[in-house]
Amino acid sequence: MKLTRRLFGGAAMAAALMAGSVATAQEDTVRIALVVKALGIGFFEAAAKGAEEAAAELGNVEVIYTGPTDTTAEGQIEVINALIAQQVDAIAVSANDTDALVPVLKKAMQRGITVISWDSGVAAEGRELHLNPSSNPLIGNMIIKLAADELPEGGKVAVLSATTTSTNQNTWIAEMNKVMGNYEGIEVVGTVYGDDLADKSYREATGLMQTYPDLDAIIAPTSVGIVAAARAVEDAGKVGQVNVTGLGLPSEMAGAIESGASKSFAIWNPIDLGYSATMLAYQLATDAAEAAPGAEIPMGRMGTLTLDENTEGAMADPFVYDASNINDFKDIF
Amino acid sequence: MSLFKSREALLAGAILVLLALIASRFPAFIAPDNLARVFTDTSPLLILALGQTVVILTRCIDLSVAANLALTGMVCAMLNAAMPGVPVVVILLIAVTLGAVMGMVNGLLVWKLAIPSIVVTLGTMTIYRGTIFLISDGAWVNAHEMSAAFTGFPRATVLGLPMLAWFGILAAVVMIVMIRSTPLGRAFYAVGGNPHAAVYTGISVGRTQFWAFTLSGALAGLCGYLWVARYAVAYVDIAGGFELEVVAACVIGGISIAGGAGTILGTILGALFLGIVKNALPVVDISPFWQMAISGTAIIVAVTLNTRNTKRKGRIILRRAQEQTEGATA
Repeated sequence: MKLTRRLFGGAAMAAALMAGSVATAQEDTVRIALVVKALGIGFFEAAAKGAEEAAAELGNVEVIYTGPTDTTAEGQIEVINALIAQQVDAIAVSANDTDALVPVLKKAMQRGITVISWDSGVAAEGRELHLNPSSNPLIGNMIIKLAADELPEGGKVAVLSATTTSTNQNTWIAEMNKVMGNYEGIEVVGTVYGDDLADKSYREATGLMQTYPDLDAIIAPTSVGIVAAARAVEDAGKVGQVNVTGLGLPSEMAGAIESGASKSFAIWNPIDLGYSATMLAYQLATDAAEAAPGAEIPMGRMGTLTLDENTEGAMADPFVYDASNINDFKDIF
Repeated sequence: MSLFKSREALLAGAILVLLALIASRFPAFIAPDNLARVFTDTSPLLILALGQTVVILTRCIDLSVAANLALTGMVCAMLNAAMPGVPVVVILLIAVTLGAVMGMVNGLLVWKLAIPSIVVTLGTMTIYRGTIFLISDGAWVNAHEMSAAFTGFPRATVLGLPMLAWFGILAAVVMIVMIRSTPLGRAFYAVGGNPHAAVYTGISVGRTQFWAFTLSGALAGLCGYLWVARYAVAYVDIAGGFELEVVAACVIGGISIAGGAGTILGTILGALFLGIVKNALPVVDISPFWQMAISGTAIIVAVTLNTRNTKRKGRIILRRAQEQTEGATA
């Protein structure tokens, strides 16, 4: 496998050398391929919707929404090879494997195709830039902000995390603690760990409500935990008293929003993500912008993307879902 | 005197001491309301442990109970999401039947192919988990896709207790009666205590083990629905690793892993002990880093007390059994 990949890469290199400096033919329409992890996933269908929105806004863009039928790197390599053959102008990919796609994407770049990754990144040598849906500091700030916004008078909040060793959750909680100073009157009384098991998270949430009878909010930056905590609040009859918030998926949280156990929660918005990826790909493909560390690239209604030293950037704050928009998203992802 | 020496009495004493310790740190824990809540929370563990008990009594072990629970739960949830009109009674019947069928698969493999039960159930455990992925494509079934009747049933209160708790009590009562007063119940002990002697009395060892697995599967299926409805979510990994807690509850309750010894009352107390520990740890303000170590220590201490308490008696039984076996084969 590795050998074929290497041979393939070598062949691609040779082909590129022979092709010389022939640039892609600049046509009137810019063809941007949105390559997703697999077709038929609500999250990516929503991203495609955002890409179409960007295309309509830009006018001369054709979006090719494609991907393998299952979430494999092999499938994506086939798809990308086909796109190279079609001589698209840009490929924006959410990768199934950080490294496996690098050779084929390098080949694409050598043919003059703009390559960016979004959502799930590829290694730096295989793309021009990577678009993260959000960043750790933004997420850390958002989860405490969601709780604080419902508590203008201040109050006690507790954190229900995944396992004690979950890197993501620990980073977000650390970032949250850094900005606690901005939220006066909000006191974090404890952090418990539900291990991303529904029953343990439920018990831990119940335990929090017993230990702190005047608890005002539970912040769960994990999708299993937030659902279980909402259930525990409903069963304890504390809807309206204890607000459950954090990070969750609209489909999983629709019930909790409906019952009132959760007033709002956040997660990235796939529509915005597809929109931004298309905007960025367009900017790079038309040479209106260049992907270099420190560069600021406009992405339409989503503002600008600032690239760090790894040519990665964070799109925006996580998107907030509440009773007003949950119904638009609960069937999407 | 013998009352104080019985495993059950000792374990009951340990539970009281445990409750007193918890109450000294968090008095509200022993309020009747909270104890009822703890019992409700422990009911799924109790129901599964009752099924596991009969399996262990017959010198087998069923590691597939949690996977069985998860698969049945997923089927119930998907059924409810697709056809919200199906009444809960029908779903309960489907859950128990499906669970029993999965138990029968275990039982048949152990009975007809004489494969060790730990191997059979390790295999089916993985197969059942994999099947959940196949039927669900890894997707969750969420609260808003389930009907109110579906999720409301386990928490509907009857005579002050939720249905979930009543199911735990019902399962315990049925099992006590079954074990005490039916030929099958006695056969479980006979098969586990001395399989050779059991054969001479006309009991089929394999068939008895088959029924033990079927019973365990049916109870796991029942829990599948109750679990999914209670937490209002179904996904591939629900109750991951729960089978070990179930076995732990049995062992704490004094069910001998060697088979043939132990009582349903012991299992009930064992499950309650574990349930109390699990519910108390979040409220007694102990670092989560210590919680796992404490749970594990509690299990080992309880088992040590149990084995110490019955050491002499157990050994004599085993030696006799062995002598009999040797005598029989000679």
